[in-house]
Amino acid sequence: MAIGIRKNNQQSTIINQQSNMNSLLRRRKLIQVTIFGLFRLSAAINGIALLVVVYFLVARGWRAINWTFLTQPPMDSMTKGGILPCIVGTLCLSLGAILVALPIGVASAIYLNEYARPGRLLRAIRIGINNLAGVPSVVFGLFGLAFFVVWLKMGVSILAGSLTLGVLTLPVIIGSSEEALRSVPDTYREASLGLGATKWQTIYRVVLPAALPGILTGAILGISRAAGETAPIMFTAAVFYTPSLPTSVFDEIMALPYHIYVLATAGTEIEATRHLQYGTALVLIVLVFGLNLIAIIYRARLQRRM
Amino acid sequence: MRKNKQTGKGRQRKERIIRFFFFSVALTSITILTLIVVFLFWEGLPIFSKVSVYDFLFGRYWYPTDEPPDFGIFPLIVASLAVTAMSAVISIPLGVMTALYLAESASARLREWVKPIVELLAALPSVVIGFFGMVIVAPFLQEIFNIPTGLNLFNASLMLAFMSVPTICSISEDAIYSVPLELKEASLALGATQWETIARVILPASLSGISTAIILGMSRAIGETMVVLMIAGGAAQLPSSIFDPVRPMPASIAAEMAEAPFRSDHYYALFATGVVLFAFTLLFNLVSEHISNKYRQVGAATL
Repeated sequence: MAIGIRKNNQQSTIINQQSNMNSLLRRRKLIQVTIFGLFRLSAAINGIALLVVVYFLVARGWRAINWTFLTQPPMDSMTKGGILPCIVGTLCLSLGAILVALPIGVASAIYLNEYARPGRLLRAIRIGINNLAGVPSVVFGLFGLAFFVVWLKMGVSILAGSLTLGVLTLPVIIGSSEEALRSVPDTYREASLGLGATKWQTIYRVVLPAALPGILTGAILGISRAAGETAPIMFTAAVFYTPSLPTSVFDEIMALPYHIYVLATAGTEIEATRHLQYGTALVLIVLVFGLNLIAIIYRARLQRRM
Repeated sequence: MRKNKQTGKGRQRKERIIRFFFFSVALTSITILTLIVVFLFWEGLPIFSKVSVYDFLFGRYWYPTDEPPDFGIFPLIVASLAVTAMSAVISIPLGVMTALYLAESASARLREWVKPIVELLAALPSVVIGFFGMVIVAPFLQEIFNIPTGLNLFNASLMLAFMSVPTICSISEDAIYSVPLELKEASLALGATQWETIARVILPASLSGISTAIILGMSRAIGETMVVLMIAGGAAQLPSSIFDPVRPMPASIAAEMAEAPFRSDHYYALFATGVVLFAFTLLFNLVSEHISNKYRQVGAATL
């Protein structure tokens, strides 16, 4: 009898332990589900934030956009009319920036990925690039003012602004070009070198063509980055208002981001020009997102091919 | 025979020249960084003939256009640090958790949607975020919290957070991906749940990468200009609550440079403020560099 009771007890403790383990497992699963829910929530918050911003810009901006808005200069001390000079200005500045940054960036990436050997020098160059990428945009503006505008006597001009923006996009271009070069398989290089080609011939005829799509994706992203920057062009290129379109690289210029800032904070009638502000912001967003979407889709296609 | 040898030498010489060319172009970034430092100091140092370095950094009053002017940027430094710290409180959990979602829990199809969203968030021009914060978020906050102005420290931090989330998220994601699969599999095989594996194995293994991500995100926040220029409120005072208007360093530089007479004391003082701001971001970047170099995860064995 006594033995039987003990056996029963033992059995019940085993059952207890099992149910304990079951509840423990349930708790662990519950924690898992809760935390993964939090992860999903944070990802969703990003999407919601993006949607809200885009929603308000589109909902309040699309009415401002018509043919006059896109093809006329501002009128009546910028309370009416369009933003043509700003669109032209932003295109000039961002294309100018990429003209500066792309050759230097790609050449730097070629050195880093194809020629450089690990060592102190390489590390110094990398630290330089990383720190350049971290310089605040307003400091680029100060540098552009002191160096390009004043010291090199370029004045407030498209040239000075493009150079400043070019310097700012340089780390972006170097980064994306390097990634593109790195993704070219070594067998390509070995095959070319094995056939007797020199290093340069290999780079020029084999590696660069293979890396070109990736480099171009980076260039598109660089243009979009330069188009959206405000602080670097405030002291180097952009002005409140110019009646005419630029005729030379030494002209001052209007630009979309700066125009938004000016209308929203320093315009003659801030409340009355709200629709123009929303409209300008919408045009800028469409330009920047359009470039980004091209780059994203293009890259997705590339990845599928490889 | 001899001709062949010479062309061989010619080829080698040409190769050396090309190599040297690329090397000199690669030095551009360092050259520019050096030029930035030189010109910031060149235009900023003259202010210290009027104000001592200590009074400049720790002076409580910034009245650059008064007679006599006060050039104390302590309120601006505090404002910059305050918006950065507050935005970090929001952006660190949000960024790291989004990265964990992308790397560990999202299905391949959802990943393809969420990743572009984060990239587009990164591509939003800062002036647009500033504008949004000004015309949409500020009135909203003013009403909800019943405060005199919606343009304040809290609003600026909130908008800055959304600018640094993409930085934090994408670098953290890379770090999480680079954790060797063996570690993860070993943990799962021992019966750990996915979350336990993340908390005890993946996070510790990718900690250095995540720290780098966080520091770079904060560096982006402290240097961001348009957002704080448009929505921090612009008052050069020490904040006593999170709903006080403040004037971080970049805002002060961007707002006043246009009005400061060329090479006046005010102009020099703004460049000197630029030096301080640059020093902060340089510090952030060097620290992140140090962390990612020192604690680099190499293979599975170094955990």
